[in-house]
Amino acid sequence: MSKVLVVTSGKGGVGKTTTTAALGAALAQRGDKVVVVDFDVGLRNLDLVMGAERRVVFDLINVVQGVAKLPQALIRDKRLENLWLLPASQTRDKDALTEEGVGKVIDDLRGRFDWVICDSPAGIERGASMAMRFADEAVIVTNPEVSSVRDSDRIIGMLDSKTVRAEKGERVEKHILITRYDPSRAARGEMLTIEDILEILATPLLGIIPESQDVLKASNVGTPVTLSNADGAPARAYIDAARRLCGDTVPMQVPTERKGFMDRLLRRRAA
Amino acid sequence: MSMGLLRLLRGKKASAPVARERLQILLAHERGLRGQPDLLGVLREEILAVVSRHVTLDPTKVIVRLDRGDEVSTLEVDIEVPNDFERKRVAVA
Repeated sequence: MSKVLVVTSGKGGVGKTTTTAALGAALAQRGDKVVVVDFDVGLRNLDLVMGAERRVVFDLINVVQGVAKLPQALIRDKRLENLWLLPASQTRDKDALTEEGVGKVIDDLRGRFDWVICDSPAGIERGASMAMRFADEAVIVTNPEVSSVRDSDRIIGMLDSKTVRAEKGERVEKHILITRYDPSRAARGEMLTIEDILEILATPLLGIIPESQDVLKASNVGTPVTLSNADGAPARAYIDAARRLCGDTVPMQVPTERKGFMDRLLRRRAA
Repeated sequence: MSMGLLRLLRGKKASAPVARERLQILLAHERGLRGQPDLLGVLREEILAVVSRHVTLDPTKVIVRLDRGDEVSTLEVDIEVPNDFERKRVAVA
């Protein structure tokens, strides 16, 4: 059974592309066949985060417009043979995404993959609405910060009204993924807590990704964070989140960095 | 030591509860408006239409402000009317 999952947020810069790459890689590592699709037409970046930027020939728009066949546009990951990328166009604008065209591509992808993960652009315009239009499930990436929570609430409203499922009277299964979380700041009352966010958004939690230097390091080298440092705190959190998406019961916790003695000593000095 | 006590000793006020409360109030309001026409926009247009029936006015000289309070909210409509409008009206009549 194939699933279409949209990774969305409303607000920009909260970690949608990082999350798409990390969840895609984690699901592929479990053995599922996964495609990650970049819907950020004009500002594509999933190719860069996945380390495939030099291998892009055709893109989503080419396939939507029939210029290229789907297999010609799909890029296979060099590390995981189950993982594929469908990049966005860098030159066209988002008006090239017609609902009919996108629907056909999604249908075709459903027949080839276990997971179709759609990386939504920020905002609530056409690109974002097309990314969520055909979704069965949604991951709403939220930072513990007021503007991100407000935008997530808006996006939840769209998922409940503007998707094909919503229009048929069915529901899109929604999950909150909290990223850039700092447990010590939350404990000091400087950051919204997990409970605050979940109560406000009234949506179940998929995982908590701690603030970590691993994320920038991973995007620097073009590797999903779950592969670049699989033992790191964000990687473990993403791998747990991927397991929950597959229906596994995994206790919810915020993974912390495993620090050696020298690390702690140096950290203390630096601070 | 509890976090609350620690904060008391440091004399700092936690900002997260403020964030939480602001969000709860704002979102309760925004969820109510979802799918509704933009009330402020509708009021602005209709008020303008009524006033322009009698006075020639410059739409850029109209300021609409809304202040949402806990108990009551105020809608303030500030319309700049040219001083010679009475004369013009007489001329038309």
